[in-house]
Amino acid sequence: MTNYHFNFAIVWRYSAKLFEGLLLSIELAIATIAIGMVIGLVLALVEMDGPRWARPFIRGYVEFIRNVPLLLLVYLVFYGVPSAIDLQYDATTSFVVTLAIYSGAYLVEVLRAGFEAVPKGLIEAGKAIGLTPAGVLVHVRIPTALRIALPSLSNTYVSLFKDTSIASAIAVPELAYGMRWIETQTFRTVEVYLLATPIYLITSYAILLLLRLAERRYAITR
Amino acid sequence: MTLFLQTLPFLLDGLRITLLVSAGVIVLSLLIGVPLGCVLAFGPLWARFPIRIYADFVRGVPILVLLYFVYYGLPAIKVNLPSLTAAIVALTAFKTAQVIEITRGAFQSIPTGQTEAAKSIGLGLVDRFVHVLAPQAIRRFLPPFVNSVVDTVKGSSLVSLLGIVDLMLALQQVIGRTHVALPLYVMGALMYFAINYPLSTLSRRLEKSFI
Repeated sequence: MTNYHFNFAIVWRYSAKLFEGLLLSIELAIATIAIGMVIGLVLALVEMDGPRWARPFIRGYVEFIRNVPLLLLVYLVFYGVPSAIDLQYDATTSFVVTLAIYSGAYLVEVLRAGFEAVPKGLIEAGKAIGLTPAGVLVHVRIPTALRIALPSLSNTYVSLFKDTSIASAIAVPELAYGMRWIETQTFRTVEVYLLATPIYLITSYAILLLLRLAERRYAITR
Repeated sequence: MTLFLQTLPFLLDGLRITLLVSAGVIVLSLLIGVPLGCVLAFGPLWARFPIRIYADFVRGVPILVLLYFVYYGLPAIKVNLPSLTAAIVALTAFKTAQVIEITRGAFQSIPTGQTEAAKSIGLGLVDRFVHVLAPQAIRRFLPPFVNSVVDTVKGSSLVSLLGIVDLMLALQQVIGRTHVALPLYVMGALMYFAINYPLSTLSRRLEKSFI
């Protein structure tokens, strides 16, 4: 450390940017996880129980998305799609859609593993007490699969929260954007990072802790 | 079609940087991460503790924040790195934490009976490691590691935000000049896919044949 003079006061004056940013980051994560879970659940079920012709499409979606950088997908949806078709949307909507599609590809895999691990006997028991196939799905397969997949889901959720930082590339005013904004306004680089990094760190681990508590209550270990 | 052919050399220049950054990060993180992972698996508590802190810290922060921190933050304390070096340092710091975890996991998933059996036939510490633990650990190490190589190539696209002309930024520049956005983004996506898909497939194959 050289003769760097810390000045947190000036950064603190703008700290609202960070906390509003954090709030938006969390909202982005929740919105994308909600949509991504629907995509993941539906596609995982279609891949297992659906028609055979649907499978290559789902595999194609999963493989394509998982092998392409998120940043490129974000640009593709935000700049690429509106340039080709007449469709207008703001950066935040665009990012939520992109990250939901991105997370969907990861969640399909996680949830499919969960469904495959549901014990056969449990499904038979469901049938035996007179549940319809839909009843077995809603009351037996989905709840059990979610509980089995919970530990992997937790990890995916935390990395999705961290991935919301990429929204700053298209000027969505979330935490990483707020951080860069204060930095360019005040030039107090080190202070901004000393403030923003713990915010990410604490939030990531808070999310992880909450999910681990949920796991202790609900997860099924085989 | 002619557009694609005209832009291709430019994109390939970018691709070279993408591959250079990825390769640099992977080699460096292996060199640093594997020994640290071994310490985390077998070392004394005082040595494990700082490594644990480091890995947990790095994995709790987005890569983008690490990149910005190394490139924009460190100069404030008189550590000036050129953008390419800063990018490799930041991505390596992140990847090292993952390699540490994968290495630790690989060793810890070996049943203790293996070590006990090796001891009982009279193998010393070095022989146990070379002939019993290491060969089994490599099989458990490779599938997640190859998978994390895919993440490295994907993550390297973030260096474009520091102004390094990798495939991602080359693509942005070409689009800025030609105003043909969607087809070029798709082409760029396919270029990334062409690198990553074989790696993902390899990772799955290794997983099937090893475990």
